[in-house]
Amino acid sequence: MTRTDPLDVPRPDARVHFGVFFQGVNHWTVWSDPASGSQIDPANFRKVAQTAERGLFDAFFLGEGLRLREVDGRIHELDVAGRPDAVTQLAALAAVTDRIGLVSTSNTTFNEPADLARRLSGLDLLSAGRAGWNVVTTDNAWTGANFRRGGYLDHADRYRRAEEFLTVARALWDGWADGAVSGAADAPNWAAPDAVRRVRHQGPQFDVDLAPTLPRSPQGHPVIFQAGDSGEGRDFAARNADVIFSAHGNDFDDALAFAEDVRRRLRAAGRPEDDLRILPGTEIIIGATEEEALEKKHWIRLQQVTPATALGVAGLLWGLDLSDRDADGPLPKEDPVVTENDGSFGARRVADPRAVVAEWREKAEANGWSLRETVIRLGPQRGHVGTPAGLADRFAHWVRHGAVDGFNVTPYLIPDGLDDIVNLLVPALQERGVYPAGYAGTTLREHLGLREPLTRRAG
Amino acid sequence: MSGPALRLALEIDGDGAHPAAWRRAAHSPDHLLTARRTAGVAAAAENAGFTLVTLEDGALPPGGASDVVGRIGAVERAAFLAATTSVVGIAPVVPVTYAEPFHVSSQLASLDHISSGRAGWVVGDETAPEAARAWGRPPVEGAQARAREAADGVDVGRALWDSWEDDAVIRSVATSRYLDRERLHYVDFTGGSYSVKGPAIVPRPPQGQLVVIGRPGAVPADRLDVALVGGPDLASVTAAAAAVRAQVPRVFAEVEVALDTADAPAEDRVADLARHAPWADAGRLRYTGSATGLSALLGELAGVVDGVRLHPLVLDEELPVLSRLVIPALVERRLAVRPLAAATLRTHLGLERPANRYATAVPSARQLGEIR
Ligand SMILES: Cc1cc2nc3c(=O)[nH]c(=O)nc-3n(C[C@H](O)[C@H](O)[C@H](O)COP(=O)(O)O)c2cc1C
Repeated sequence: MTRTDPLDVPRPDARVHFGVFFQGVNHWTVWSDPASGSQIDPANFRKVAQTAERGLFDAFFLGEGLRLREVDGRIHELDVAGRPDAVTQLAALAAVTDRIGLVSTSNTTFNEPADLARRLSGLDLLSAGRAGWNVVTTDNAWTGANFRRGGYLDHADRYRRAEEFLTVARALWDGWADGAVSGAADAPNWAAPDAVRRVRHQGPQFDVDLAPTLPRSPQGHPVIFQAGDSGEGRDFAARNADVIFSAHGNDFDDALAFAEDVRRRLRAAGRPEDDLRILPGTEIIIGATEEEALEKKHWIRLQQVTPATALGVAGLLWGLDLSDRDADGPLPKEDPVVTENDGSFGARRVADPRAVVAEWREKAEANGWSLRETVIRLGPQRGHVGTPAGLADRFAHWVRHGAVDGFNVTPYLIPDGLDDIVNLLVPALQERGVYPAGYAGTTLREHLGLREPLTRRAG
Repeated sequence: MSGPALRLALEIDGDGAHPAAWRRAAHSPDHLLTARRTAGVAAAAENAGFTLVTLEDGALPPGGASDVVGRIGAVERAAFLAATTSVVGIAPVVPVTYAEPFHVSSQLASLDHISSGRAGWVVGDETAPEAARAWGRPPVEGAQARAREAADGVDVGRALWDSWEDDAVIRSVATSRYLDRERLHYVDFTGGSYSVKGPAIVPRPPQGQLVVIGRPGAVPADRLDVALVGGPDLASVTAAAAAVRAQVPRVFAEVEVALDTADAPAEDRVADLARHAPWADAGRLRYTGSATGLSALLGELAGVVDGVRLHPLVLDEELPVLSRLVIPALVERRLAVRPLAAATLRTHLGLERPANRYATAVPSARQLGEIR
């Protein structure tokens, strides 16, 4: 075999799976452009979901945040904020889509299993087997101020609670035998009495005793996603998830290292390596030429990283309030202040601010960059930029080498930010044989090529 | 005496108000919990001219062992129906006895956005101790304690709906600000058993406040926009309506109906189902008979209440009769109104859109001058 032989790759038959992530709180959705629509108008959710479905995306995905972000004790004003409850919004989309999966990010810390399991299986039934659940634990205690229990769980306990939560949810989902409900009006009972099993669970986190009220959907039960990057999070995914929504989608080596780490954990958990899909979140910017794409990227970055946002990102790095500085001027002269806690809710500081600031200074000086330009060039990097053909080649390479199974795409514009991807990139991927020409089935589980739910496998 | 025209509401949970209604449904039992069935009933109700559909719910199975024991959550059904209908109001039953009020508030605000202002909330009440076991919480015992939980839950919901002023999203390109934090408000609620910080994560609902509906007693009447009143006869309904009239803007009478159809008289249909299960007395007005008789009864109620909520014996059998004979007769005589397209549920009920409790004054002339 020669190096150019297309079959000389670990996964010659791999395909690209796409989801679309309609983001909630974030500054990556450009809101300042006249083409930028409402973040709450149901018509925009419908438009994005229907465009994604036209592009044969596997899933429409919603995140979750249960308290408005604050910086230094004040509500953060710069980012897009204000979003619908995820399961509620997805239930509406179930009515106006036919195939696309509907994935809700819902945390296990500030929910109760019987309630959330029922909401998700209601979505699964209304969509005829298209529901997914992105299990998150929420990484901050301050969210608890909006809930009965308050903020109370440390990191390790959050995953313990998540695991037990999922156990209870699955028991409820598996509580009805297939075909439990009668097909005839003259049957003695609406549902065969022994076909509905009461769930009695007593554990360290939950004490539940309940007859579940919902039959199984065509896909058995909702597809389980996981998002959370710690070792505990990855182990949790290896034991429980069908899909990982990762943050490792910008750099091939990083993505591959993550995927190999996950596969190692899957083996350790006794599962086949191909039992789990890895879909990093990403932004995709498309131009007719490489140059045009890069120009477009810079324009988009200027909309995303406004002067105030640049000062906010830099302020977090420096540990100082820089909001009255000039973003288009030079970098602050001060040394970063290293503290344990940055006083912010919902934003995180980097591990070694002194080293990062030193690097920023050096590069800004060498290139004559302003503070804002430096944040744009050296701050959090994201996404893929290129021509349809270039991106299609790259994504084919990534999936065939097992670095990812696809991407959960975050459009930078609502509601039209997916149009280029569906109109230009999807056909280029199809030409390369790494994207299907139609939906394989009707359920999310089928789209993702997944096996039966973990609790329903023989042996 | 004839008062203003009635608004008509319909309870569409399951196959009807009778526990054995599924035996007379037009579909096979295993189609009850499907999208198609759910959408079909709401479409029929919308076409018939109902102003509102309500969706019963609770954590426990809806019926006894031989009855329907499955039910999709009311909020999920309501959101789905918001996307398949365009005029009718939609009000899920959501109990707050054990639920997280922050989630409930977000779900209902979302429903109002999804339906462009057609959402209501029937404040439910988890009376069975087993509901506490579903939630893993200590039971809330006694009507008084549950009413306190309901009051707290409604207060949190209403405060959170106001926690974003209508114009909190400012998209100020010049200052890079998407929001104006002065127009967002902590609710800082402290109730009997919990506290909630706020603000909401969902922008203010299109109606400002959803239409809050409930049974006085189960929910303190001063929390409600619409009171649902029962009573076995016209006199007791009249008395119950009069008792809450001063505290609640709108009063709806609860009416159970079994109607004569082309196939069988109402009496026979009730008797047929009685072979399987009794139709328990819920303390509501119950009408059994012809469409004409029901129209006459509803005509009398038009002088007493602002609307009625109908609980049909069997949805698939009563709904066509209501649609073809009862509602047109009432509308023709101006005793009932059909809702208008492109209006909110509040508008349909003649209720104002409430001002935001936190809203600060409109800009002064000086501030307006600054813009010029
Ligand atoms: C790509 C990605 C997306 C996430 N999205 C959400 C979200 O929408 N809502 C949320 O509460 N947490 C979200 N999380 C946070 C995780 O659920 C988790 O709480 C957090 O990462 C802390 O866990 P860890 O230490 O395992 O990473 C996300 C994490 C990742 C990596």
